[in-house]
Amino acid sequence: MVTGLFDSLASAIRNQEPVALAEVVEIAEGVPASLLGAKILVRPGPPPEVLGSLGDPDLDRVVVRDAVGELSAGLTATRHYGVHGEARARDLSVFIESFAPPPRMIIFGAVDFTAALAKVGKVLGYRVTVCDARPVFATRARFPMADEVVVAWPDKHLAEVGGSLGGRDVVCVLTHDPKFDVPAIVSALATDVGYLGAMGSRRTTDERNQRLRAAGVTDEGLARVMGPIGLDIGARTPEETAVAICAEIIARRTGREAPSLRDRPGPIHRDHAAALTD
Amino acid sequence: MREVLSDIERWRSEGKRVALARVVALEGSGPRLPGATMVVSEAGDVAGSVSGGCVEGAVVTEALDVLAGDGTPKLCTFGYSDDEAFAVGLTCGGTIRVFVEPLTW
Repeated sequence: MVTGLFDSLASAIRNQEPVALAEVVEIAEGVPASLLGAKILVRPGPPPEVLGSLGDPDLDRVVVRDAVGELSAGLTATRHYGVHGEARARDLSVFIESFAPPPRMIIFGAVDFTAALAKVGKVLGYRVTVCDARPVFATRARFPMADEVVVAWPDKHLAEVGGSLGGRDVVCVLTHDPKFDVPAIVSALATDVGYLGAMGSRRTTDERNQRLRAAGVTDEGLARVMGPIGLDIGARTPEETAVAICAEIIARRTGREAPSLRDRPGPIHRDHAAALTD
Repeated sequence: MREVLSDIERWRSEGKRVALARVVALEGSGPRLPGATMVVSEAGDVAGSVSGGCVEGAVVTEALDVLAGDGTPKLCTFGYSDDEAFAVGLTCGGTIRVFVEPLTW
């Protein structure tokens, strides 16, 4: 039994560094009982850093490879192997849990809706950044709940961090000022961000779409922008609007139309893989 | 796991042994996803959860059993059965498998 594994896991989770824990949770008859509970901790690298062992170098090698794969997708799954790592055997069930860093929510615009959205974003487990070019508004004092408050033009900020955005991450543009939101949206469209929403009335949205087209955004690009932002739940206050926005973020990620549960049949929980992983 | 790290560290610093219970599989409807974690100290302190409340009590019992035993982990299955009206299960009809082990690593 390797000790110190939990401390390494706890430290990686706290520091928001990606790590996966692979553990034998079920064994077939004839497999040594000592393998139950055997575990390895994997940091993706490259090269992967491995702590612990499942008792066989070939098994360790394939499990580490699979753990790195699950981790890069942010997925948690059970896989089956032979005692020497054979792919088609089912001697061992190995539970691979991914601890991916939290997804990111970048909010452009330090407006009154921003604090409420940052709060709800934190509740959902996002690492929240508030970004605005105006130092008077983009202050820690106004957004104590955010992980990060950045004074910068949106396109400058995205030029720095946009390359690392992926399908789990979201960008919300709340400035509703074309001077800020057009460059913010154009820059966000150049990333792989999973959700891109822009606040504004129907009129603001129409005008913004014209400006976006003039800036060279295609139909395909415009179709990625959720604007006016949020689900149609009659939200009025900043807090209600934050819920409407976050509900839309969830529904877009899971590919659901978001009517009330009562008004449609089918299972409440369907796609486990689409859930926000911890 | 993230939400129970501090509890684990506090109990261990108090010299208490700790059992870790994690959902490793879910079939059908179920409130918590694989990875949902509950921890139980030998003194009976509990943090985290593995379901919407249906099987927490049974998992605490299993966790204390594992701590009282020889250190062998245990895979527990909780499901719904019409035949066993009083058996512990999930009212939502799903089946969860919970791996319970002493946290000696």
